[in-house]
This record gives sequence, C-alpha cells and structure tokens, in this order.
Amino acid sequence: MTIDNKLIEYLEELSRLRLTEEEKEKAKADLSSIINYVDKLNELDTENTEAMSHPFDYTNNFRKDEAGSSFDRELILMNAPQKKNGCFRVPKTVE
Amino acid sequence: MAWETVIGLEVHVELATKSKIFCSCTTEFGGEPNTHVCPVCSGLPGVLPTLNESVVEFAVKTGLATNCEITRFNKFDRKNYFYPDLPKAYQVSQLYLPICRNGHVDIEVNGTKKSIGIHEIHMEEDAGKLVHDPWEDSTLVDYNRCGVPLLEIVSEPDFRNADEVIAYLEKLRETLIYLGVSDCKMQEGSMRADVNLSVRPVGQTEFGTRTEMKNINSFKAISRAIVYEAKRQIEQIEMGKKVLQETRRWDENKDATYAMRSKENAQDYRYFPEPDLLPIEISEEWIERAKAEMPETAAQKRERYVKELGLTEYDARVLTAERALALLFESASDICKEPKEVCNLITGELMRLISESGTSADRIDIDPEKMARIITLTVKGRINRNAEKEVFEALFRENIEPEQYIKEKGLMMLEDDDLVNDTVDRVLSENPKSVEDFKNGKEKAFGFLVGQTMRALKGKANPQTVNKILREKLGSM
Repeated sequence: MTIDNKLIEYLEELSRLRLTEEEKEKAKADLSSIINYVDKLNELDTENTEAMSHPFDYTNNFRKDEAGSSFDRELILMNAPQKKNGCFRVPKTVE
Repeated sequence: MAWETVIGLEVHVELATKSKIFCSCTTEFGGEPNTHVCPVCSGLPGVLPTLNESVVEFAVKTGLATNCEITRFNKFDRKNYFYPDLPKAYQVSQLYLPICRNGHVDIEVNGTKKSIGIHEIHMEEDAGKLVHDPWEDSTLVDYNRCGVPLLEIVSEPDFRNADEVIAYLEKLRETLIYLGVSDCKMQEGSMRADVNLSVRPVGQTEFGTRTEMKNINSFKAISRAIVYEAKRQIEQIEMGKKVLQETRRWDENKDATYAMRSKENAQDYRYFPEPDLLPIEISEEWIERAKAEMPETAAQKRERYVKELGLTEYDARVLTAERALALLFESASDICKEPKEVCNLITGELMRLISESGTSADRIDIDPEKMARIITLTVKGRINRNAEKEVFEALFRENIEPEQYIKEKGLMMLEDDDLVNDTVDRVLSENPKSVEDFKNGKEKAFGFLVGQTMRALKGKANPQTVNKILREKLGSM
C-alpha cells in the first residue's frame, strides 16, 4: 500500500485535521513505515486462525442496571471552549 | 408502466433500562441539558465502559419475540465518525456479530397475512441531541441522551406499501411495550424509523436505487413520506432521470422530501472491534431462562380476556391498546374477581378521566387494590353506581382511601330497613292518588312511588329493598 497525497488528504478530511506541507511529508513517511511494519504480518499463514479482538480469555463483564448520580454540570462543561444555556456550543452543524 | 415499491426499515428503540448502556447515568427523558452526564458518556479520555446486563437481556427477549436466532458469541465494534452528537467521535455498535439474526414479524393488512423478515437486531448507544441556536447561528449540544441503550431492528426489504409498514411498526411497538423492553414513544424519540425505499417495474427482480429517509417521527408522517417518495422516484425515472442514492429529509410542513447536503466521505465508518469491551457469551441456559420469563403478548391477553373472562372482542382490544390499562385490569380483577366490572370502569370512567385530564394511560397511577375495593362495595350494593364513579374519580385524582372517602361524603347506602319502612309509609300516605292509580293497574304509578321514596332517602337506599317493601305494602293495602 502506498501512502500518496490523495490518501493523506482523505485522512485529513476524516480526522478534521489540516496539515502543513511539511507535516504532510512527515505523515507520509511515518504512515509508510507503519504500513510496512504491519505488512510483515501478511507473510504469515492465517488461514485457520480466528481473528483476535481481545488478549484476555474472559467474557460477560457486566454491571447491574442501577442508576447512580451523574456529574455536576459545571464539571462536565469545565473544559468546553464555548458553552451556552448549559450546553456545549459548537460551530453550526445542524442541517 | 406498472411500478412496484420496495421498502426496508431500520427501527431504533431506546431500551427501558434505568441506567445508560456503559455507565450509571439515568436514562430518564427530559431533565436540564447535560445533567445526566458523566466522564464515561461524555467521552473523557481514560475512562472505561462497563456493559449494562439488562441491555443484553432485553436484546435477547426482543430477538425471541421476533423469531430470531440469538448469536451465542457477541462482540461490540466501533463505528467511527466525526460529529458533535458523539463526544468520543465513535459510536459503540455491533457490525460483525449482531446479537439477533434471521427473524420475522407476522403482520396482517386488510385480512391478508404477511411475514416480514428481520435481517438483524444489534445493540448500540444513542447519540446526544443537537439544537440549532438561531441567535448565534451555532449548534448547542446536550449529552443527556448520549449512551442511552438502543436496539436497531433491521428488516428485510419485504414491504410493498405504506399500510404494510404501519402494520409492522404497530405490531413491533405492541410487542416491545408488552415485553417491557421499551416504551416506544415516537414523540419522545424512543422509537424512530429510517425508511429505505426504491421502485422497480413490476416483474423485475433486481432492486432499483434506494433513498433513505431518516428519523420521521410519527406513523402518519411515515405513511405520507412513503407515498410521496415512491411517487417522486417514479416521476424521476419516467422523465428519463436517475434516482440518486442519498439521504432525504421529510418536511412535515411542505409534505415533501428533500435531499440533505451529502457529507463527503460520510459512509467511511472504519469499523473495528471495540477493544474496551469484552465479548459476551450467551449460554443455552440464558436463552431458556429468557424464554421462561417471556410475558404474555397483547394478542394472547386479548384471547384470554374473551375466552376465559367473558369480555367482548372490542373491550379486550381497548384494554390491551395500552399495557398500563391491561396490567391495571388484571391486578384489580385478580383481587375482586369481577373482570367485567373492572373492564367497564376502565373503558368508561377511566378513559374519560384520562382524556379530560390530558394525561396518557402510561402515566396514570391507580392502586389496583383500592380500585378492587370500590368495585366490591358496588357489587355488594353498599354504594350505588353514581357513588362508585365519584369515589373512583377521587382515587384517580388524589389516591384517596375509598372507605374513608365514602364515609366522609356520606355515600354509603342505607342498611336500615326500619327507616325505609317508615319512609315508604309516609310516601304512601302523602300520595293517595298514585296508590289509587296503582290499584287500578297503572304500573307507572309504582315507578313514581319508588322515585318519591328514593328521593326522600336521598338516593341512599338499595332500590331492590325499596321495591320489595313497596310491593309488600301495596299488596296488603
């Protein structure tokens, strides 16, 4: 897999990030080396190997359905760059 | 050319759990913005989700009620997208191993039965609510709903018209409400439907290009949107244009759908297994237990009410139209053993009180034990029908103690036969003309004398007792 400018632009779009030309070049190099590293796994025969999503042999970790108290709104909104009427305020997204 | 409409539905229902799917914040509807929020559901870094066991239980029950296969080994997946309604920038959902698959829901439209396939049902979390702020042209975000557990029920494209869709939604709603897994209130958003629709010439086996209409919030609007969109697509094709695969919004006021601005790359969700949640294994024993706990369906209740309790089909339908009414009916009937009396009080008085007070059946809070006591008193002739209604209304409004209320208001019927005797004597001596008329065969005069006696006793005597004493006395005159 080659990391070209088109792919970098697509990733910028998905992650809502804007990279400078310099950062783009660096990202291209970094991503290429990551892909190459992971590509090594393709050399293995995984025909009969079940894909693993968790390293632990453990299932059914549940909590009982009991409602507890939530956080104070002031704390929840503490790090919000903008807030209004008890809500987080963000650029217009509603169509 | 004759056209056929093909419709598939994605129905989202919010589960009636007390707490959210991955944290213990309440799922209660309403509340001041961002007051049902914690670090887990607001997506702060470093927190870990823990799955609410009831969500899995409700999903299994829903699967069983819709004839699905239950997936024994379940996992969650991340659906990544960047939008402010999800603070984590991903929704925890199930893509690869949904909890239920290959089911069906049977419907009936105008006497014709049809089976609608259920492709799958999966568990996921709801997103927050975005409100447009017209003053500053910005968006305000409330995360109270974020993390409320959802089931997404995906049907096969088996519907051919709006009537089938509505019949299916009504059946699904009734099933889920009676299972106790969701309250399915479309106006509060606890049941929402996305409609996938395409058209094709009759006889063609391949599907046409489909459009998706999202979050239409009433059965009526869904029905109208389907009729409109099918017509629009047919017109496009007949004009030689192509139907575009897109998401369209139903505009209630304009009675039309219009294309939403398509977000670039919106479809690239980059799903991958959710590493923060462990897999779920559903044992045979779990499924058997869920089967044993499955409550009676509305249809089963209707059949039992008619066959075993002697109600009419109509009354059985009225009682089961709301689960709260059916449950009240059953509890009160169990106590007083007078199902027909309980039914009459619910379908008559209670329905009137609910409509007059502008509340809804699922919000009423009537103690079935007190209701049963009122009915027993009426059946035994201790209070009359008017008093029954009055006491019941007081129970509805203020949860009074029936016996105490009856005593305070003096609604108890007289049990003093001497008083009735004396009153009858007085009425007879005051109305010699009527006595004469009765002797001459005028039955009407008897009714008049009963009326006079009842009036003198302020309606608190048992009419049967008054009748009996009057007949005796007139007979010996």
